[in-house]
Amino acid sequence: MKTLYTLMIVGALALSGTAHATPATDALLAKYKAEGVTKIDAAKGKADWTKSGKGEDGEAISCSSCHGTDFSKAGKHHKTHKVIEPMSPRANAERFTDEKKIEKWFKRNCNDAWGRECTAQEKADFLTFLLAQ
Amino acid sequence: MKKTTTLLAVLAFTLLGSSLAQAEEQTLLEAIFTPFRQKEFVPVTNKTYQDECGSCHFAYPPGLLPSKSWEKLLTAQALPDHFGENAELDADTLKEIREYALANAADKSYHKRSRKIALATENIDAPLRITEVRYIKRKHHEIPEKMIKGNKDVKSLSYCDACHTQAKKGVFDADTVRIPNYPDWDD
Repeated sequence: MKTLYTLMIVGALALSGTAHATPATDALLAKYKAEGVTKIDAAKGKADWTKSGKGEDGEAISCSSCHGTDFSKAGKHHKTHKVIEPMSPRANAERFTDEKKIEKWFKRNCNDAWGRECTAQEKADFLTFLLAQ
Repeated sequence: MKKTTTLLAVLAFTLLGSSLAQAEEQTLLEAIFTPFRQKEFVPVTNKTYQDECGSCHFAYPPGLLPSKSWEKLLTAQALPDHFGENAELDADTLKEIREYALANAADKSYHKRSRKIALATENIDAPLRITEVRYIKRKHHEIPEKMIKGNKDVKSLSYCDACHTQAKKGVFDADTVRIPNYPDWDD
């Protein structure tokens, strides 16, 4: 009974956390689970957001270097200064609506910031964290 | 009366001709018979090119570099390290962008500025940066460093559209230049 209760709470939390889920993010999260992700941790996604990896040209960058930490505001590319539309789905309705696009940018940006691709676990954490913003 | 009608007809034809010519690349024959020589660049018309390149930086009209440059820049091997950034594309997207850039490269264009770039790069190794092209350097060389590098709203020649207000339309004429923080600058 206790286990069932815990499961229900976890389920409710997961649901509330993905309030802005889209068909694209549902499909991706299902894919990450199929790749072995069992427990999604939005807090880990939050911590990783500001974690910088290997420095390119001596410059250590993290997700927040370009996207910022206020997700309702637009960010700015650290090199080209190009405006990056807000990450929050509340502020930017187009955000997280295209599965291919999400994967493309995960691949590029993880490589740029950390010098490697992100794991399914990391992507699931990021996505869940961002959807709740 | 007849004279006026003829004049109007000629004028209309000329305007139509030049606006059509602006939209896409001409054939050699069309280029020769265009009443006004096309000075500028062919603007970007391919949506994939505009979206993919333009999501990180100003989508440079392909006529700004010769095809030998685009050939080096737009490959599956080169894009993961695109001036220090990962710009990987899936195979289909890359193919479309590469073909568009190659078909509209400086040496394939009859527009004046593209011709000059094609000539300036003809006998040298393919430049990878537009800012390395001799013609581009020469065109900007009288502008003091403080207005570009030292200007917080410009920073580098790479940001064409920081000053060239019509860059999106392929127009780089001096009359369309507004340098941020230097409103009094005049060519």
